[in-house]
Amino acid sequence: MQSWNLLSIITFFPLLGALFILLSPQQEKKISERNSKSLALWTSIITFIISLFLLYGFDSEVSSYQFYERVVIANGLMTYQLGVDGISILFVMLTTFLMPFCILASWNSIKDRVESFMIAFLVLETLIIGTFCSLDIILFYLFFESVLIPMFIIIGVWGGERKVYSAFKFFLYTLLGSVLMLAAMIYLYAHTGSTELIVISENLDLKNSSQYFLWLAFFCSFAVKLPMWPVHTWLPDAHVEAPTSGSVILAAILLKMGGYGFLRFSLPLFPEASHYFAPFVFTLSIIAIIYTSLVAYVQKDIKKLIAYSSVAHMGFVTLGIFTFNTQGIEGSIYQMLSHGLISAALFFCIGIIYDRLHTRQIKDYGGLVSIMPNFAIFFMIFTMANVALPGTSGFIGEFLIVIATFSISKIAAIFAATGVILSAIYGLFLYKNVVFGKITNETIELLTDLTPREKLILFPLAFLIVFFGLFPSSILGLISESSNNLSDLLDLALLGIDPLGVK
Amino acid sequence: MALFFLVFLPLFSALIVGFFGNKVNITLTHLFSCLLIIIPFFISSYFLNKSLSGDFNFVFPLATWIESGDLVTKWSLKLDMLTSVMLVVVTFVSSLVHVYSIGYMSHDPNQPRFFAYLSFFTFAMLILVTSNNFLQLFFGWEGVGLASYLLIGFWYKKDSANSAAIKAFVVNRVGDFGFLIGIAILYFSTKSLDFDVIFSMAGELSSKTIPILFWNFNTLNMACFFLFMGAMGKSAQLFLHTWLPDAMEGPTPVSALIHAATMVTAGVFLVARCSPLFEQSEYILSFITIIGASTAFFAATVGLVQNDIKRIVAYSTCSQLGYMFVALGSGAYQIAIFHLFTHAFFKALLFLGSGSVIHAVSDEQDIRKMGDLYKLIPFTWITMLIGTLALTGFPYMSGYFSKDGIIEAAFVSHTGGHFYAFYLLVISALLTSFYSWRLIFLTFHGKSKVSKDVFSKIHESPKIMLAPLLILALCSIFSGYIFVDYFMSHDFEFLWKSSIFLAPDNHIIEEIHHVPLWVKLSPLVMMIAGFILSFLFYIAFPFIPGYLAKSYSPLYKFLLNKWYFDELYNFIFVKNIKRIGEFLSSFGDKKIIDGFGPDGIASSISYFAKQASRLQTGYIYHYAFAMLFGLTIFISYFFLRG
Repeated sequence: MQSWNLLSIITFFPLLGALFILLSPQQEKKISERNSKSLALWTSIITFIISLFLLYGFDSEVSSYQFYERVVIANGLMTYQLGVDGISILFVMLTTFLMPFCILASWNSIKDRVESFMIAFLVLETLIIGTFCSLDIILFYLFFESVLIPMFIIIGVWGGERKVYSAFKFFLYTLLGSVLMLAAMIYLYAHTGSTELIVISENLDLKNSSQYFLWLAFFCSFAVKLPMWPVHTWLPDAHVEAPTSGSVILAAILLKMGGYGFLRFSLPLFPEASHYFAPFVFTLSIIAIIYTSLVAYVQKDIKKLIAYSSVAHMGFVTLGIFTFNTQGIEGSIYQMLSHGLISAALFFCIGIIYDRLHTRQIKDYGGLVSIMPNFAIFFMIFTMANVALPGTSGFIGEFLIVIATFSISKIAAIFAATGVILSAIYGLFLYKNVVFGKITNETIELLTDLTPREKLILFPLAFLIVFFGLFPSSILGLISESSNNLSDLLDLALLGIDPLGVK
Repeated sequence: MALFFLVFLPLFSALIVGFFGNKVNITLTHLFSCLLIIIPFFISSYFLNKSLSGDFNFVFPLATWIESGDLVTKWSLKLDMLTSVMLVVVTFVSSLVHVYSIGYMSHDPNQPRFFAYLSFFTFAMLILVTSNNFLQLFFGWEGVGLASYLLIGFWYKKDSANSAAIKAFVVNRVGDFGFLIGIAILYFSTKSLDFDVIFSMAGELSSKTIPILFWNFNTLNMACFFLFMGAMGKSAQLFLHTWLPDAMEGPTPVSALIHAATMVTAGVFLVARCSPLFEQSEYILSFITIIGASTAFFAATVGLVQNDIKRIVAYSTCSQLGYMFVALGSGAYQIAIFHLFTHAFFKALLFLGSGSVIHAVSDEQDIRKMGDLYKLIPFTWITMLIGTLALTGFPYMSGYFSKDGIIEAAFVSHTGGHFYAFYLLVISALLTSFYSWRLIFLTFHGKSKVSKDVFSKIHESPKIMLAPLLILALCSIFSGYIFVDYFMSHDFEFLWKSSIFLAPDNHIIEEIHHVPLWVKLSPLVMMIAGFILSFLFYIAFPFIPGYLAKSYSPLYKFLLNKWYFDELYNFIFVKNIKRIGEFLSSFGDKKIIDGFGPDGIASSISYFAKQASRLQTGYIYHYAFAMLFGLTIFISYFFLRG
């Protein structure tokens, strides 16, 4: 398995598909559009199938990197180095799993420049997978930042009315963080003489003060990506203007790159600084959970509401990561994966009704249940998962995070648990106003229920959300070795340091 | 294995009916879902029989649920005395409600959905009572909450039903928040979520403290307090009770099953299940006693003046749940469960009876528009009478044993506030009798106030609805007498050993048999007094209530508006949450964050760009001056540096 360079194949296969679309001979518009769609779909499906081999060959008993590849490039300046461990493998899987659905979802809703859209999407897939697999900081930086470009294009070209404003806001925010991260990476290189993550983490012996600055530099970049309060305002705008599949990728995967960054860089490289700033992160997380839940409640735009709820859920993730204990780390990885499925499903749902009615305003809906009963069932499952009802995957992560937080800070856990109440409030109000009630908008009477294509998208997601809610051990087993390893490493590094000053 | 089928047959039924119910004959759906609930009833009767004949308990493991670090929780089914009583109550009432719904819902187009929800509810409730750890209990707990939400909002076109459903879910979530914190505390201090492990460490917990902010709290008290908060939400105790009366927006069979007999008693079950914890937490026991008694009294006073037949019964439920909590707080856990047991029968009977009345008078629910119905629907009348007698504690009916037991337990108990509870409960007994008879008199007796066109259509309900009424009526008469010894006699205490923990100095089951005569007689006297008063008010001198309402108008309005709890909560929470949300959204996000963040930067950049572009005037002497100016500064700088 190792000699196959499986990770490289998975990473660059979508790019290959994109090249094919790009180079395919010019034909009649209709035909070339259809060809590019099916080519993109098959590329993403095959990528997913290949990635199943990854899952199959993955040894969950080992905490170190697997499927490891290393080539020295650029005159020895940096290396091309890939590998996955328990923390990253599932993000790769999530990406490859969701991509075919995204392409399916844009089947009819993207009308112009279809080829370019498909190319942008496949390139995006390559970059995202690359981000999760790179073990060289420069390589990581390249992937991590390049993701911005196709996403910027997707929002800016195929977006809604205020697409340019949103795209620039998105770009501006993320760029701010990345400049600082680049500086920090250069510092790391200067200090250790290597860009390889493994070498850096072994050789790194930083004085406290510089550790703190480096941590902050990385933090800026990841916090914007996640996004944490108060740098979250790009997200609702980006979501509102992005096309459905763009929103899905944004919410389900792009946000996770921030959380992944914390787990891969901030915690293992700068344990003391992480520890020092943990109360700060806790505070921001708690504010995120409560503040954005309240803001979500008063939104009039469905997509904005879900976007704000994403920020609240990401608040749980940062809370979990910075507890430094096994349950917290596992809980936040689980929360990220589960949110990947749930938010994807919710955005697909919104896309489905948007395609029919062309409005995102909550007040234009109501009474869908009698016209679209199947849609109502799916949307109910996803809403309940978003509310973290036990039996759905949303519960497992939040529960683990709450109990993990409780062992560190009682008051933070209590505040975080109020998210239980607040998410129910905005979630149920959204559901009631969209699905229940009398039909006030006459055009709703003319709508049709889910098409087979839409069922094909929603059913696997619903199944997985419930399955991972009832039997999470299948996932937790994969990530436990690596997260144990991480929390042990932190314990060791923090030995002799006072327990957290927060209560 | 039988236990497995018992629990999962209803789930199976829910899934099959939910997905395929629309595609087959409706009779088949009815038969299928009733059968898959009646079989579990027979299995549970078998289990109860075994439990009653000796110490019978086991745990049936299913699968691993969450495994993370040192946290391990498993799916498993537990059976002991407490569980078998609950199993019988749940499956019995659920079976009858399923059967009754065939008649009651016969005109509804969405019947498969209704039956699927009912069966799903039954499954979640069974999971709840058979759980062997806190997390699975929480799973069932939220499952019944979901089912309740779906069923209250079953008629989704009614706006009031939707709001009631959300209110129920959200208020319950406030309780669940407490439950979750309670679980977190227990896990934090025991590193386990299993009942056995946690209960065996109860003594240890009572000597530990937990720091929150600047204070140290006793771990056990804290855990019990938060767990009880969960129970308050689910069982609609004072302050978290507001959802229950509104929940009456759902179909009546739902009210009978979920909001009278089973789900709302989950809180009582929780406290009884956690008796090893609560029994050692004196303060929380007192707290439970006081909350319970206050709820019993509060709900009874509100019940006095309500006019909606279902709301009266709902407030009565709320009040009776208060009785159960007083029993728990007094340390008489079995008696609480006993009252839960008998209450399930007569309250389900009253609800289903009300449903039959509503059915008869063309969906009218206001008892002021009824009257003199007893000749027209005699069967319903008689069963409602039986239910009322059982509720008010007529001698040798079921409520007589359990309710009097609670009042006696409150008298002899040693927990703080038990006298407060005792007196309030005695007064509530008077109120209960009064409002119950008021309901009977206004509905079935006196002058008929039914409008003409409705009157001509009044008819007795079909047999399929009357049969459950008959069975429940028989249970309301006999269940107390038959089972009293198992719950309240000292001889059978050994049956409860494995499920309910009593502190060594808790001899309450023994002591209630030695209360003074006046205590024993007080509920009876109150019941008779309530009946007489009600008779005087509504049959003999029907002008009295109107006169009193007018002359004590503020008090009347206070009661009619349910002590203004809804208005208060609306004022404090509902409006402010919206207001804060708006504020944060428009001010926090837009003005502050965006204003100083991206928009601010963007606009200031364009501002500076404009300023810069103004410099480029195009006049040569401007440039020349600028160059000269710059040169001067440059040269002076070098000169000054030396």
